[in-house]
Amino acid sequence: MTTQLDTKAKQPLRRKVRRPVTGAYIGRLAVLLVAAVLTLGPVMWTLSTSLRLPSESFNLPPRFIPWDPDFTSYSEVFAQIDMIRLVVNSALMTGFIAAGQMITAAMAGYAFARLKFKGNKLLFGLVLATMMIPVQVTIVPVFMIIRGMGLADTLLALIIPAIPTAFGTFLMRQYFMGVPAELAEAAEIDGASQWRIFRSVYLPLATPGMAIVGILAFNYHWNEFFRPLILTISEENFTLPLGLVSLQGNMGTGSISVVLAGVILSMLPAVVVFFFGQRSLRAGLTAGVGK
Amino acid sequence: MSDTTTDPVGSRATGAPDARTRRIPASRSKPKKNLFAGVLLAPTLIGMGIFTIVPIIGSLVLAFFRWDIISRPEFVGLANFADIALDPTVRVSFLNTIVFVVIAVTLQLGIALVLASMIQERLPDWLRVFFRSTFFFPLVLSAASVSIFMGYLFNEQFGVVNWLIGLVGLAPVPWLTTPAGAAAVVIIVYVWQNFGFSFLLFVGGLGNIPKEVYEAAELDGASGFKKFINVTMPLLSPTTLVASVMAVITALQVFDQPYVLTRGGPGDSTRSAVMVVFESAFEQLEFGRASAIGLVLMLLIMAVTYVQFQLSRRFVFYQ
Repeated sequence: MTTQLDTKAKQPLRRKVRRPVTGAYIGRLAVLLVAAVLTLGPVMWTLSTSLRLPSESFNLPPRFIPWDPDFTSYSEVFAQIDMIRLVVNSALMTGFIAAGQMITAAMAGYAFARLKFKGNKLLFGLVLATMMIPVQVTIVPVFMIIRGMGLADTLLALIIPAIPTAFGTFLMRQYFMGVPAELAEAAEIDGASQWRIFRSVYLPLATPGMAIVGILAFNYHWNEFFRPLILTISEENFTLPLGLVSLQGNMGTGSISVVLAGVILSMLPAVVVFFFGQRSLRAGLTAGVGK
Repeated sequence: MSDTTTDPVGSRATGAPDARTRRIPASRSKPKKNLFAGVLLAPTLIGMGIFTIVPIIGSLVLAFFRWDIISRPEFVGLANFADIALDPTVRVSFLNTIVFVVIAVTLQLGIALVLASMIQERLPDWLRVFFRSTFFFPLVLSAASVSIFMGYLFNEQFGVVNWLIGLVGLAPVPWLTTPAGAAAVVIIVYVWQNFGFSFLLFVGGLGNIPKEVYEAAELDGASGFKKFINVTMPLLSPTTLVASVMAVITALQVFDQPYVLTRGGPGDSTRSAVMVVFESAFEQLEFGRASAIGLVLMLLIMAVTYVQFQLSRRFVFYQ
């Protein structure tokens, strides 16, 4: 309320400055709270049910707060599927893609933003255009190219095609455009090579941009389902989402606590990134939208 | 050392000629710069060439062949396209996808807009942060995981949703076992996970509307609803365009939710266009046909996006 008194002092013309807590305000809060409960409720139920004995999976009324946690379902997940393998596969795939995207996008973004060469604009337009091509249209030939390379049913089949990133390149180009050009001149006068200027002058300045590319890549590929479903065949190459869906299939409607324990385990890294990288994620998702 | 007309390395690559004259060491010859640019661009461009450009051309060619990956590809002209135009499963899947897009995107944008405008004014900061994080949260989960737990929540006998419905005294709804129920679940699950993205865009867009405009409208005696229609909507129209284009493009490619929740069933009631691309290629081994369906889907996406931008000429108001 104090802040509103301040506005009153500055703007005496405003008709209603100090608004009472009206029914409309309470109604608005109520709608927001219901939306928040509907958003968090399913996740809370998932967590709570994963912490019940498998035999109590389907008990109603449902619980949303796990008062007396039981971890049987969690050990059961490791007994039912090769959970460690799934986590390692997901981590390897996501890690290599994120690192690869950060490096290649920084390189390409720098070239598009800072280097004058023939066809710069044309090539950049081409890169942007590839963003508009849906995965489904290219997946059949990609599958065949992967087979031709002898990479069928390997983790590399998931990693290599995902490294060149149009969106990441676009983000890094924007980022480098915002860095003053004068730095290069100073370095050039000192006799630094092109590579040196990129590597030692500009790249360190671009780490926040690269972090956004990395976090976005993590979020997307940790969760992706369509490509792994097509490009991997044997269970030893499955990633987490595939493993969970096959676990669900194996269990039928038997014990959902076990499946949900797997779901919660697979979510943990994503939730950690959410807490620490929320700002970067939001910035990345909405980049290029404004103006 | 002489003044040079070629732009030095490090100038802004915006294409706008730099007014200042720069001196660069004569040793920095142009071919060297081109070479360096080539080295930096190589991983991205070669990667995109192999995994996007070649495949898109491959799809274009493959659509005119019949091929099961084992025997020799056989040229069939437009037969694949004629075939998919007549195939009831393909037709139903495209129809499903379009109905899904219309309903899901409307709900997604509507919910996002209502919630985004609700957190704009007079909320304590911590509550605003709480709501924003909460609505954003489902975006970081995998669609497969979300579909798994939502499938249990909508279970006909044991699900929480029907239990809640029972509390109000209504009969349990056969969510996943009837065509309408399954389609509804796919939409609900999809919107639940994705409204947060449109919400973020709207929060950004609303934040950019100057407070003075509202104050002026209030002085003119505009009520809350009038303010929304006459001030917020026009000033928010550029954001709405971007949000709707992105929502439509994403929704047209729906796959994970129907695949995990229903496998396209019951019958073909939740089969999406992408599911048919997947099934044609990797279950029926008809790669030419799958490519043809994929191309039709891509054309549909391009056409819808084009129409949206055309419509926006009439309805989008730029400040």
